[in-house]
Amino acid sequence: MTSQAEIVFRREWGRAVAVVARLTGDLGLAEDAVQDAFAAAVGRWAIEPLPSDPSGWLFTVAKHPALDRLRREARRSAKEQAAMLILGQRDPPPPTGKIADDRLRLIFACCHPALDPGTRVAVTLRTLCGLSTAEIARSFLLSEATMAQRLVRAKRKIRDAAIPFRVPADDELPGRVGGVLRVVYLVFTEGHQATEGPRVVRDELCDEAVRLARLLADLCPEEPEVLGLLALLLLTDARRGARATAGGRLVLLEDQDRRQWDRAKIDEGTQVLDRAMRLRRPGPYQLQAAIAACHAAAEHSGVTDWAEIAALYAALARCEPSPVVHANRAVAVAMAEGPAAGLAILDELRDDSQCQRWHLMHACRADLLRRLGRTAEAGEAYRMALALDPPPAEREFLAGRLAEIHH
Amino acid sequence: MRYLCLLVGEPDMEVPVPGTPEFMQMLSDYESATRAMAADGVLVDSGPLQPPSSATTLRVRGGEPLVTDGPFAELKEQIGGYYVLDCADLDEALRRVATIPAARYGAIEVRPLMVMPDQA
Repeated sequence: MTSQAEIVFRREWGRAVAVVARLTGDLGLAEDAVQDAFAAAVGRWAIEPLPSDPSGWLFTVAKHPALDRLRREARRSAKEQAAMLILGQRDPPPPTGKIADDRLRLIFACCHPALDPGTRVAVTLRTLCGLSTAEIARSFLLSEATMAQRLVRAKRKIRDAAIPFRVPADDELPGRVGGVLRVVYLVFTEGHQATEGPRVVRDELCDEAVRLARLLADLCPEEPEVLGLLALLLLTDARRGARATAGGRLVLLEDQDRRQWDRAKIDEGTQVLDRAMRLRRPGPYQLQAAIAACHAAAEHSGVTDWAEIAALYAALARCEPSPVVHANRAVAVAMAEGPAAGLAILDELRDDSQCQRWHLMHACRADLLRRLGRTAEAGEAYRMALALDPPPAEREFLAGRLAEIHH
Repeated sequence: MRYLCLLVGEPDMEVPVPGTPEFMQMLSDYESATRAMAADGVLVDSGPLQPPSSATTLRVRGGEPLVTDGPFAELKEQIGGYYVLDCADLDEALRRVATIPAARYGAIEVRPLMVMPDQA
């Protein structure tokens, strides 16, 4: 892909798929059509300047194959016929309803309770964020073939069962929003620690997740966890600029130049978190935001309140006892009480097979062993982390540490 | 979009027995749910089924009809009735189906009907 087309792809993919999907009710069809439009764009924009409205250009190009396929296919419902009429028009009609955002509608369809919970995030990452099946398979620790099968199945179900592309009504929202929060969080995570590609951070995924979190906070201003998620994303995203060197190398939190942190985002995130906590219904996103706020409040890593962070992780582990939370708690405890105390927590997770396939678990263990001077065991743990195929930036970091301890 | 909604009885669930006030309440809930769906133009068809013991299963093998007593598969869960609904989308179908008492006393499977070319 040429770089211009690539930039437009990252920015416009989700929006283009969302519009065509809303009009046709068929996600697979929408994705194919937008994919084809991008293929055409790559050829065209290599020789011509970018159109003034790339998004409009893409929609115009994408609707033709969608239209052709609907015409060709004998199987045509009333809804698809209506879609053909609309697609025949020059511009898509704006969506109607409370929140006129096609991507928000798409995410509610992708996170519908009638879909398998494990597949909801995957289908959102594919259709809204344009991640490849390989990237998604990797972040789910699944084979590409299995992931491809799940994606196809979910998209077919959305079409065949007529799962609507719509933001639910007020009385349905509280029951539906939790699943959407989870997906927005994972989209952000995917951007913040990209599993594929040479970059440490994929800016467009972080931006999209923050944008969606803002929309959700507008939609549900009295739901503390919705505000908690927005606060968490803002406070974490504030560190984006300090997270990688110019050469694309990962910089750990403790080594980051905190003057590069985005103060405006930290202030906004802190205010949103305060609003959430005043509603007095704590939850996992608010706790994680509070942890991020602790880091943001420390002028340098030496003055971080690790005891407070360890206490917040302990509270988080009670409502969300996942390997990731336990591993983070271990790191915080190690900082507050020393590496041996942290290592004891990690050792409890030895029998968890999912945990053992997670490269960061081994990386974390390696670091604690290194600090304890148990060099041989640390080397072994670094090698195990590397064997699990970490993303390039982390691979380089781990390989560096491994080389260091052997000197 | 049309949906076939199968009313499934689950063995562990307690269902009101005939003659009790709860049973009468259930009947009247069925009636009001069905009437509301008909009034809103959503209801295509519906009805309760006789028990599985009344079922006959037919297969044609080598051109010969093969008739057996009973349902095609012995399941612990029994289909006790059905609704065919015509709804805008799955959310509307699920909202409607939630008003059917069988959802409280068992489960309801909601299956979209395939749209055939001649119905387009």
